[in-house]
Amino acid sequence: MILIARRFLLLIVAFSIMLPFIAAALIPLIYRRFKNIHLGWFVLVVPTVLFSFLASYIPRIADGKTFVKTYEWIPTFGINITTYLDGLSMIFSLLITGVGSLVILYSIFYLSTKESLHHFYCYLLLFMGAMLGVVLSDNLMVLYVFWELTSVSSFLLIAFWHHRKASRAGARKAMIITVSGGVAMLAGFLMLYVASGTFSIREIIANLEVVQASTLFVPAMLLVLLGAFTKSAQFPFHIWLPDAMEAPTPVSAYLHSATMVKAGIYLVARTTPIFGAHEVWFWTVSGVGILTLFWGSFNAVRQYDLKALLAYSTISQLGLIMSLFGLGSIALHLGYSTDSVIYTQATFAALFHLINHSTFKGALFMMVGIVDHEVGTRDIRRLGGLMALMPFTFTIAVIGSFSMAGLPPFNGFLSKEMFFAATVNIMQLNIFSLDSFGIIFPIVAWIASVFTFIYCAIIVMRTFFGKLQPDRLEKPPHEAPIGMLISPYILISLVVGIFIFPNVLGHYILQPAMASIYPMFPSSEELTPHIAAWHGYINTELWMTFGVIVFGTLLYLSLKKWRPMYQLFPQKYTFNAMYERIIGFGEGYSGRVTNRYMNGNVSYYFIYIYVFFIVVLAGYAVYADVLSWDPSKDSAIESYELVLAFVMVFAAGAILVAKQRITVVLLNGVLGYSVAFFFVVFRAPDLALTQLVVESVTTALFLLAFKFLPKIQPEKVSNTVKITKAMISIAVGATVTLIGLAVMNYDKFEPISAYFEDAYNLAGGKNIVNTILGDFRAFDTMLEVVVLFIAGLGVYTLIKLKAKKGDADVESK
Amino acid sequence: MKVNDVILKTVVRMVVFIVFTVGMYLFFAGHNAPGGGFIGGLVLGSGIVLLYLTYDIETVHKGMPFDFKKVAALGVLLATGTAIGSLFFDAPFLTQTDGYFNIPILGEKHLSTVTLFEAGVALTVVGTLVTIILSISEDE
Repeated sequence: MILIARRFLLLIVAFSIMLPFIAAALIPLIYRRFKNIHLGWFVLVVPTVLFSFLASYIPRIADGKTFVKTYEWIPTFGINITTYLDGLSMIFSLLITGVGSLVILYSIFYLSTKESLHHFYCYLLLFMGAMLGVVLSDNLMVLYVFWELTSVSSFLLIAFWHHRKASRAGARKAMIITVSGGVAMLAGFLMLYVASGTFSIREIIANLEVVQASTLFVPAMLLVLLGAFTKSAQFPFHIWLPDAMEAPTPVSAYLHSATMVKAGIYLVARTTPIFGAHEVWFWTVSGVGILTLFWGSFNAVRQYDLKALLAYSTISQLGLIMSLFGLGSIALHLGYSTDSVIYTQATFAALFHLINHSTFKGALFMMVGIVDHEVGTRDIRRLGGLMALMPFTFTIAVIGSFSMAGLPPFNGFLSKEMFFAATVNIMQLNIFSLDSFGIIFPIVAWIASVFTFIYCAIIVMRTFFGKLQPDRLEKPPHEAPIGMLISPYILISLVVGIFIFPNVLGHYILQPAMASIYPMFPSSEELTPHIAAWHGYINTELWMTFGVIVFGTLLYLSLKKWRPMYQLFPQKYTFNAMYERIIGFGEGYSGRVTNRYMNGNVSYYFIYIYVFFIVVLAGYAVYADVLSWDPSKDSAIESYELVLAFVMVFAAGAILVAKQRITVVLLNGVLGYSVAFFFVVFRAPDLALTQLVVESVTTALFLLAFKFLPKIQPEKVSNTVKITKAMISIAVGATVTLIGLAVMNYDKFEPISAYFEDAYNLAGGKNIVNTILGDFRAFDTMLEVVVLFIAGLGVYTLIKLKAKKGDADVESK
Repeated sequence: MKVNDVILKTVVRMVVFIVFTVGMYLFFAGHNAPGGGFIGGLVLGSGIVLLYLTYDIETVHKGMPFDFKKVAALGVLLATGTAIGSLFFDAPFLTQTDGYFNIPILGEKHLSTVTLFEAGVALTVVGTLVTIILSISEDE
């Protein structure tokens, strides 16, 4: 019975990745059928079902169980689809499906049915599936595939309103930065493979000594971190996140508070057992994290757009979580002892804040969405005095912001205190030159928290207090419909609920994840501190919080006096300006180069192709010295073969001097049919058949288009060009001939024919050509079919689809 | 300009069925004799093209109301679907299987999942071929 249940669960874990993809494929069918019902109601089923499935297994995960299921994909290279559900992936998959459900529920009321909802939900489901794939994959290569899929699907989501120039630019920026980071990460993964011999994360952790002894260890670590930092918008890669706010607000709430940006956090958490003991890891992760924390909060204060403000706040909060993972990794360096357990609290705080951040940031994004939706603007210079008009929205804003600012009685307070405690603890160590530099951590953390307090105050005060300016708003302000309030209210009740019962979360959700991050440490019970709201009388972190409140209030009140300071920094030297310069230069330069060789003359393109062909193939043949011709083993040449060859040579020669296009077409047909004859003669009936039909079809195509083709114009070219072309042609012919002859004696590789010898037993077919196409090398065939289809669609769209009226100026909007 | 092509029309009317029969034969013969999805699809597709060449597009469309883009898409789905399908039976991607079955009337027959895969290939070839030729010839 248990066995069956276990097997069932394994299937579900594997299935949970697939379900969003299947649902995405079904959307076009549903969309057509039920036009009156908002598509979101159907989509909502997917994450809620997954969430309840996953949630029902929380107790078993809390007991320390893990669930692994492997599907073989490319076993020869160790690339298998292995789903691995443990405490860490549990947290993330619960966030993805849980926040996902709420976001979809919210979006039903946010997006009207006039939008192209089928695109929206299709992208959203793809994204959800990809995220689940990232956090549930044990195989590094599979993780990478899903990782890049999240980049692609988020690109589609950010550019959902693609008629707006800013949306497209934001989507492209996000994609360029995260995909380049992803490629670096791929290189890191390959290095890990070289060092360890496996793509499985669990196996790498099991054989840590081998990996850590490798010279590739530090480069691999830095490359993997590059992937994590770009994805999680860490300094200086954070510039894409504010621009990604061009997406519809439900998307921002989902991608940029709960999921996409947390993929980097997940990667850091997941690879902490591999790299965590190293000094470079500690300083890079915690250093970049704390810098991002400061830079994000510092820049959030200068924003006037509420969403941009939240974007910078997300950057800063991600930096906080990142730095906590860095601080927590020091416990791995120290090894297990009762003294080192205290440093694992940083990791615990990181996981705790991760969940808290998802709850309050999700609620805040939805709050901003409501304001934008009901008032028509997000600019805080135009907002104000909404408290009396939108009391429910105001409640969301207060609870969310207070939690973000780290004030009681909300969950953000608890994790913020633990963060301060972690920075204070780390200062007292005397390794990794922490005795001299460790003081940076509490100081920067404190300053950043002051700024966090200020921008949280801005969100609440500037939007809801002060004077109402009805003439500066797009719509008369009123409270949001109840449907839009459900999701943020669930989130803020979690914000309060977690504050009251933090240890339930700690025991069931966080403790198993701690075991995943510290697999070598014996008891996860010991790694789970008891969270208390009132954690002692006069300790350092509580004083720090008091300081934050006092200084934060003072600075908020004097905001007008010091805000001009932001203008001092010249725009030219920002990272954004650098990005623009690099992209602009790349576009201009590659444009110029491309225009030089793509001159629209087909014969030039053939010259490039053939010269490349000669250089590579003939060059390699000469370099590797494989051109040998030994006719002794060849069979005799029959007279009819000679006749066929003569016909072909004649036809080919005649094409060169033909004056009429129809002659050329027919002579070309003669060539094709002669090749088919050769196939017949050499007993390759499959090829002969294909050749015959293809030849007939292409000739028919030619004749169809014949009427529209202009007469052949005698080319007026100089003799040098003619001679060059002739030389290239002869060289190509010679290369093909020589290689054709040399192939007979080429024995550098083992022949693969042995592989097909018992084709009938292996594939059940007597026709070897077809067993190769359908069985042995079916992957090629499958992809060829896809290529063919795409080529056909390409021809169709190029010829058929013309820009609709008004589409022409879309580009310039 | 009206062309008097009564001979062409009469011949094609009969030839097309022969072409289709050959195409179907080639498709099914593929496993043990020359043929297969690609070539079968090509022959079927060229038969359809022949119809389009002889009759005008509306007439053919009345007899064969298919959107050939969708036929091609169906083919791709079928080919990739059989590939993915093997995962549900705990077998590696693209695993094919075969066996001998006793079918009423036909007797014992050799059936293989490759046929489904090949059908995908054939449909893609037919769909793409006709799509390309139609869009080229319809362009004014």
